[in-house]
Amino acid sequence: MKKIFQILSIAVLTLGWSCNDDDFLNRPPTGQLSEDQIWTDEGQVLSVLGDLYNRYVDIATFKTIRIDNNDVPGWTTVGDFNEAFWSEAGRYNVFQNSGWDLKSWSHWDYAYIREMNLFIQKCTAADKLSPAVRERYLAEARFLRASYYFELVKRMGGVPLILEPMVYDYSGDPSYLQHPRAKESEIYDFVIKEAEEIKDKLPATPGEKSRATKAAALAMEVRAALYAGSIAKYGVNTPAVSLPGGEVGIPANMANGYYTKALAAAKEIITGKAGVYALYTKKPDLSENFASIFYDKANNSEVIFVEDFKLQSGKVHYFTGWNQPRYGAEEEEGGRINPSLQFVEAFEKLDNTFAPIPTTNANGTPIYYTDQTDIFAGRDARLAGTVILPGTTFKSRKVDIWAGYQLANGTVISGDDRGAQKTLPGKTVPEQVVGFDGPIDGFEFTAQTGFYLRKYLDPVLGSGQRGVNSEVWLVRYRYAEVLLNAAEAAFELGQAAEAAGYMNQVRERAGLVKPLKGSDINFDRIVHERRVELAFEGHVLYDMKRWRIAHQIMDGNAITAAEVSKDLGKATKRNTQPWGLWSYKIYDPGSANNGKWIFKPVKLSRVTGSDRFQLGNYYSYIDDAIISNNPKLVRNPNQ
Amino acid sequence: MKIRFHIMPLVAMVALLSACEKDNYTEPKSTLSGQIVYNGEPIGVEEGQVRLQLWQPGFGKLAAIDAPIAQDGSYSALLFDGNYKLVFPRNRGPFKTIVKDAAAKDTLFVNLSGNQTLDVEVMPYYMIRTPQFSGGESKVNASIKLEKILTGTEGKDIERVSLYVNRTDFVARATNVAVTDVPGADIKDLNAINLTANVPTLSPAQSFVFARVGVKIKDVEDMVFTPVQKVNL
Repeated sequence: MKKIFQILSIAVLTLGWSCNDDDFLNRPPTGQLSEDQIWTDEGQVLSVLGDLYNRYVDIATFKTIRIDNNDVPGWTTVGDFNEAFWSEAGRYNVFQNSGWDLKSWSHWDYAYIREMNLFIQKCTAADKLSPAVRERYLAEARFLRASYYFELVKRMGGVPLILEPMVYDYSGDPSYLQHPRAKESEIYDFVIKEAEEIKDKLPATPGEKSRATKAAALAMEVRAALYAGSIAKYGVNTPAVSLPGGEVGIPANMANGYYTKALAAAKEIITGKAGVYALYTKKPDLSENFASIFYDKANNSEVIFVEDFKLQSGKVHYFTGWNQPRYGAEEEEGGRINPSLQFVEAFEKLDNTFAPIPTTNANGTPIYYTDQTDIFAGRDARLAGTVILPGTTFKSRKVDIWAGYQLANGTVISGDDRGAQKTLPGKTVPEQVVGFDGPIDGFEFTAQTGFYLRKYLDPVLGSGQRGVNSEVWLVRYRYAEVLLNAAEAAFELGQAAEAAGYMNQVRERAGLVKPLKGSDINFDRIVHERRVELAFEGHVLYDMKRWRIAHQIMDGNAITAAEVSKDLGKATKRNTQPWGLWSYKIYDPGSANNGKWIFKPVKLSRVTGSDRFQLGNYYSYIDDAIISNNPKLVRNPNQ
Repeated sequence: MKIRFHIMPLVAMVALLSACEKDNYTEPKSTLSGQIVYNGEPIGVEEGQVRLQLWQPGFGKLAAIDAPIAQDGSYSALLFDGNYKLVFPRNRGPFKTIVKDAAAKDTLFVNLSGNQTLDVEVMPYYMIRTPQFSGGESKVNASIKLEKILTGTEGKDIERVSLYVNRTDFVARATNVAVTDVPGADIKDLNAINLTANVPTLSPAQSFVFARVGVKIKDVEDMVFTPVQKVNL
């Protein structure tokens, strides 16, 4: 026993002595890179930058985002503000309440800002990188930082402008880290100044879409200057939405300066100084052409800056699966975003006039259509490019949207399940009496308003399958928006003819071949053109906010049947509830109308509330915890 | 042996439960309630749109306790005893708050111990006087007089006067069955404002409705309302 103990002791001691403890403990970790390893290698720095790109904040997004501790799928943020009804049982409550929480859309991620500041600080000091590469990385990081400040100012008004990574000194007094809010105009000035400074450090390469380019920086500048200009100009309409320190609200005398900057920056893109961009006009069918802007990734001349996705890379999204037409879909779901009747009616006729979708004659009798699509004929091609209309196709399959049969005496025969069957009078065999895509009131994932969304849907096979998903990119800046921004800035500066010129380019692509004259351009026209061209791309909230018309459009009053088709094209037309348009097939054997179609506007039974945009919604609520931590912050008005 | 085996989970459960400590705070018991008044007269507002904020300094992070104001201008909050500051959020309500002095501004200081009633005096832009409602033949008629309280530079014009008709006694913009708006420019005499609303066929049918008149003041978000009145058709 004693011997064994001795032998063991010797063995243990020998082994212990043979270890070189220093070497053992000083091995570099295999799971982490050191600062040196990162900042001497271009590829590693790019991957850090990639993480910053990945955290870019959008209001309309394909990704699932976190709002108030809830995971919210991206499609809900795309189809908001009664431009669409949501055909999903769990989300009807959006149409049963009467507005938005004051905290809606709030954002305050200073950890992201700190990481961008750290990146800029460390990249500036990284002398092992080649100067050209380093300069581009730095410009990209500044672009992302300016983009996020732009996002913050749109949502919160002026925020503390922090451009250095701050460090706590553990002294017990954090007050030197507390900064007051900058003026709203100062944040816009910062975004514009950054864009001006970095634009020539970024490549002018139109082929580059997912990284910052010169055109992306300029497009950001145009949008920011335009927003600031309109807040200055239209802020006078809501004097209550301002703070005495300028944290919210911009003085009216600054409007022209901002509009001038916006127009100048837009002209730089339009004249090709940032590379050649042009409206997308590859396809002869104008509606197909418009839909293609958003999924055609090959030499797309229109798209300027995107969030890109790629199949089989892990970065894919399910937007198509969420919203595809339900009938024959690749999964047993879809159809969540149903564009509303008011949105569909907003599209002009080809002679530049507004008209309701003609369901009845002047004396109130229904109009009979031979083909379901006839009722939408002769309209702006963007309608069919944005909305899947009844009677059209998606992925070469015809959507089956019709609400039932109507008999000669006006009785409607319909079913309460997709493609339900009933026996029509005078027949013996049951047959289908309602479309496989609905519309059935309150039946989720079908076209309850009579329409599906087309914009951003991926026509590639498998894109609606959970296991495959889609690689359609999310467009953040595109050339058509730059043109419309230029048109608005020119109009506000009194150059109506120039404004008409920009706007006509966009309208011509949409099939509206009759050009508008300078005298035709007014505020309503500007608002309308953006609504139809940029629908479901995340513009509607910020546009309504900066023009200070959100509280007029969503004033809390329900919409009556008579009102739906009234005042089309008016900027402040009430839009508090989505309506639908249902088609019925006539069953009247022996009559000339047998088999023809009639249409009826409907108010869906799930829509019981009506939205009211409060003055306190113009700028989101700054969380109490944030204000407790930094008493120098002032609260937003009307909260 | 078998019995003991059954007892073991029970013993474990009892042991676990006994580890829970009872919450050592009693629930709040004191009610602070009252009405928004002008010279003692309540001011009607829209349900759920105007609120009072109660702040209690000294406990952790600062956050307001909201006390929503009901249609008849009343509010109530169930609170712990203590010192509270009571304010309106800026620009809320169809009235101006009364500023007492430069230090306190418009804050009311409340020392709460036990139930307490506290009416909040404010300066409304307008008061609605002698509202009269009548109904019949699917119509609701209303007549009101308006008294302009704040005048001069503080005064504001009327944007519109609206008669709202609802099925239930919550009468508001979002859920009304009929509404009649009279633009402020069309009002010639503040002492004789008459409104008529046509009530559509109600389904399921009911022989009565509820109505109230609201006044929207220019550049003021919240409207001032008459009391809700039941009207037989």
